Amino acid sequence: MNTVAARGIVPEPIARQPWEMLIPLVLLTCFGGLVLYSAGGGSMQPFALSHFIRFGVFAVMTAIIASLPRDAVRLLTYPAYSMVLLLLLAVEVVGQVGGGSQRWLELGPIRIQPSELMKPAVVLAMARFYETLPAGLIGSWRSVVPSGMLIVLPIGLVLMQPDLGTSVAIAFGGVVVMFLSGLPLWWFLTAGGLGIAALPLVYFFALHDYQRARVTTFLDPENDPLGAGYHIAQSKIAIGSGGIFGKGFNNGTQSHLNYLPEPHTDFVFATMAEEWGLMGGLFVLAMYTLILRWGWKVASESRDRFCALLAAGATATIFFYIAINLLMVMGMAPAKGIPLPWMSHGGSSMMTNMICIGLLMMVNRWNREAPRRGLAI
Amino acid sequence: MKIPFLQNGPQKPARMISASILRSTFERRSVVIGAVQGGIGALLALRLGYLSVAENEKYRLESESNRVNLTLIPPRRGWILDRDGAPLASNRADFRVDLIPERLVNAKETIDRLGELLSLDSARIADIKDKVSTSRGFQPVEVASGLRYEQFAALSVRLPDLPGVVPQRGFSRFYPTASSVGHLIGYVGPASAEEYEKDPNPLLITPGYKIGKDGLEKQFEKELRGVPGARRVEVTAGGRIVRDLETREDVQGAPVKLTIDGPLQDYAARRIGLESGSVVVMDCLTGDLLCMASMPSFDPNSFSDGIGGVEYAMLRDDERVPLRNKVLKGLYPPGSTVKPMVSMALMQAGIDPDETVNCGGGLRVGNRVFGCWNRRGHGATNMAKAIYQSCDVYFYAMAQRIGMDPIAEMARRCGMGQEFPLPVTSQFFGTVPDPAWKMKKWGREWQTFDTVNATIGQGYMLSSPLQLAVMASRIATGHHVMPRLTLDTKPRGFNDIDFPLEQVEYVRKAMSDVVNGPGTAGRARLPIDGTLMAGKTGTAQVVSLSISNGKSGPWKYRDHGLFIFFAPYDKPRYAGAVVIEHGGGSGAAYPIARDVMTFLFDPAKGLEALAALEAGWGGTAQQRLERRYASYATERGAIVNRPPRRDEEIFDRVEAEARRAATQTDAIADEVIAPRPEANPSGTPPGTSAGPAPSLAPPSSPAPAQTAPPVETT
Repeated sequence: MNTVAARGIVPEPIARQPWEMLIPLVLLTCFGGLVLYSAGGGSMQPFALSHFIRFGVFAVMTAIIASLPRDAVRLLTYPAYSMVLLLLLAVEVVGQVGGGSQRWLELGPIRIQPSELMKPAVVLAMARFYETLPAGLIGSWRSVVPSGMLIVLPIGLVLMQPDLGTSVAIAFGGVVVMFLSGLPLWWFLTAGGLGIAALPLVYFFALHDYQRARVTTFLDPENDPLGAGYHIAQSKIAIGSGGIFGKGFNNGTQSHLNYLPEPHTDFVFATMAEEWGLMGGLFVLAMYTLILRWGWKVASESRDRFCALLAAGATATIFFYIAINLLMVMGMAPAKGIPLPWMSHGGSSMMTNMICIGLLMMVNRWNREAPRRGLAI
Repeated sequence: MKIPFLQNGPQKPARMISASILRSTFERRSVVIGAVQGGIGALLALRLGYLSVAENEKYRLESESNRVNLTLIPPRRGWILDRDGAPLASNRADFRVDLIPERLVNAKETIDRLGELLSLDSARIADIKDKVSTSRGFQPVEVASGLRYEQFAALSVRLPDLPGVVPQRGFSRFYPTASSVGHLIGYVGPASAEEYEKDPNPLLITPGYKIGKDGLEKQFEKELRGVPGARRVEVTAGGRIVRDLETREDVQGAPVKLTIDGPLQDYAARRIGLESGSVVVMDCLTGDLLCMASMPSFDPNSFSDGIGGVEYAMLRDDERVPLRNKVLKGLYPPGSTVKPMVSMALMQAGIDPDETVNCGGGLRVGNRVFGCWNRRGHGATNMAKAIYQSCDVYFYAMAQRIGMDPIAEMARRCGMGQEFPLPVTSQFFGTVPDPAWKMKKWGREWQTFDTVNATIGQGYMLSSPLQLAVMASRIATGHHVMPRLTLDTKPRGFNDIDFPLEQVEYVRKAMSDVVNGPGTAGRARLPIDGTLMAGKTGTAQVVSLSISNGKSGPWKYRDHGLFIFFAPYDKPRYAGAVVIEHGGGSGAAYPIARDVMTFLFDPAKGLEALAALEAGWGGTAQQRLERRYASYATERGAIVNRPPRRDEEIFDRVEAEARRAATQTDAIADEVIAPRPEANPSGTPPGTSAGPAPSLAPPSSPAPAQTAPPVETT
């Protein structure tokens, strides 16, 4: 309950908004816009302006999601999931007909990437599934096979695109929900063990050459400084050369002279760190921490299983973006095309993350309207 | 108290899982996940701190070296100046284009495109393709230099489509007198892979930078090189220059001041005309080498952009070896030019110059008769007459008396068989034979006829034109004159007196009589009042009499013509030597010496004589070379083999051939040489008659005009 401080001056509908998350979110987006302004060569075009416009548009969408009634959400979860799955299938079909792989669908002026929509959709469907699963069945095959199908179907379709990064992100969200739903711990440990054992097989038989190159580059970046390792090396140079206070706004040489690949999308953090230094980096980390902490708070305040799992899954999905992107730009994970939420230029990731925020705000509103009491379910 | 068997799974009663248990599991597990996330956050913060604080220095440097590109500005090469400060080698500002082979995307297409843009001829395009395919990738290959601004601009706007092409403004080496200084100065060219390996200086692979490849250019590389400038620019990852940060100017290399007299060098080279030969002139007072001309030669200007296939084939096919520096690497039997030197040896051995030998056309030693060139004999002959009439019998007889060793010793003292401390890439030092040498080299005893041959400069005796010039100046001055090539070296040898003054004066007078008296080179008299030139003719036989008479027939069997000289005869100021390969006798040599000395004392008169000659020859040496190249290229251009990849291979080949050529006379060294008639022995001074020289010559001596240069001005 956050209405205490606002009593009096600020009207109640405004005061009851989750400002502890919204303020960091807006700050982060503005900061991201600033970085994109610099990455665009010191101009609002072509990145910064569209970044702000997108944020505005998706903020409206977030508000709409946040105001959805719980019964409607419960009712629409599976249809929505099926809908996105069909879109994914459509991508495959269009790709096959068009004679080449692709990841998006053209719908009039909008180009949507169904695999992005699938991330929150999986979390929603899984939360809904475990809500309806009788408690007694946890631990039996019925608690894992249907939900496993919910994850495996979209992953299979996304892998065919092929898009390893997004499939892992979808799996991550789903598995976190499974883990939190109370499935026996040893299932996860066994699966984890098997997964590690299977890594070499995956490496040699399932990965494409360019993916293998990313992995080898990650393990031995000095081996190929001008080839696949170039991106990571330049990113580390950008971050490292920024120092504590950075080179100053608009003074980044790595980004402005094109040494940094993708300075406005995947490597936006490096662009930022070069100009704002350690201080800028810590600010960004702090904002993410505040947002994610609020996400967990929403999850723990949830009054039923659906809300709790949904909030946790949405938070985990956001976290996955942040963690993989930052680990990558600092040379601690293989390079993959995963953007940084609210800072990178790009509509798809902005949409996914704003949907997650919308879902969290929705749960937060439900929590506020009907707080959890004691043992109530 | 726990009951142990309850812990066994199968017997354990199914635990009732209720909603509240799931709720608490959720809470515990969410704390775990939150902790893991927090851990990753902390890890990221630490990593960020590590990169930006601990490794900041390293990455700042790397980002700087990304951002800033240092390009070397090749230093302007130092000039090579003649004794009066006029350039023999200078630099010309020009527009040039190079290729970096490893940056080419489609080599063949790019070169064809360039050929079209710059209108290069097909031989040149073929050369460039050949070089690109054989060079190491990082070595720049010159496409063209001396471009017009319009060509340069047309190329510059097409650069984005032509990766690997580097146009730039720069300086190129320029030799104003072209082929006249080819052998002396050498030429410049891009460093070879081997040279870069020896000296991995990035300057060496900077496009447009050239190092000395031959001659003085190579010898003085260190002085001439200078200090490169540098240009620091900010560049994008794609290599586009964003802005200039800072430019340091280059420091031009130091000039090298030679003792060479530029106009004289050029004059002498041109005066050699259609012949193959060399002219060396020295200053008797300082030892300065005023002229070291060797012709025919190559054009060092056109060698600078790489030696073209057609050009190389033409030079290589020429039997007059335009690639050989004949001043230093031509070895010839000196012929009768050794006689003044032998006279010195005789006087040193105590022989009275006034003692006479009766020459009856030959000398019997044991059961052999050694002939004089004048079969009718010279009659009673003293030393002076033996010199100016070049009487062989006198020297046969006197040499028998003192033996070979004092003569060989004197030959060495006069510079034969010696190497001089000169800044040249290599010099041959020839042979001064004596009994010990013959035993060592050939394993045979010294014979009487060996001495006979040696006293008339035949047999095993070989010397270079430079040595002959040094010999002339030592005999003329009586001092141990050492030649020098740069003005910053000290004149040497003037404190060492080789010969007593009265002996020197005696020989000077006799040598003056060769030209100005009843001698063998009357037509060598200088057309300048009061300046008398002294000299000595020599005709060197190269093959046995049974193969050629030395005057006609195949060029390579004809006699060499030699002449050593100094002037003025009584107070020598200049001395020198002229050697004309296969000129058919000394008659080919001394007119050149006369004109060169005339030019030295009176340039206008000398040039007048040359102009008339060049009109008959078809232009200056450079003009003739260019014409020959053009006709050779149209005739044979399509079928030439490619030149050796490395210039060193060319040098080695030329040197090996020069050594082989020097052994030509070995074949006849073991036979008695029947001396050739000396040209124009009884001397008709030039200008006394407009009629052809042969009619005035005594019937006994074949006229020099048979093989001498076609036109003799008077």
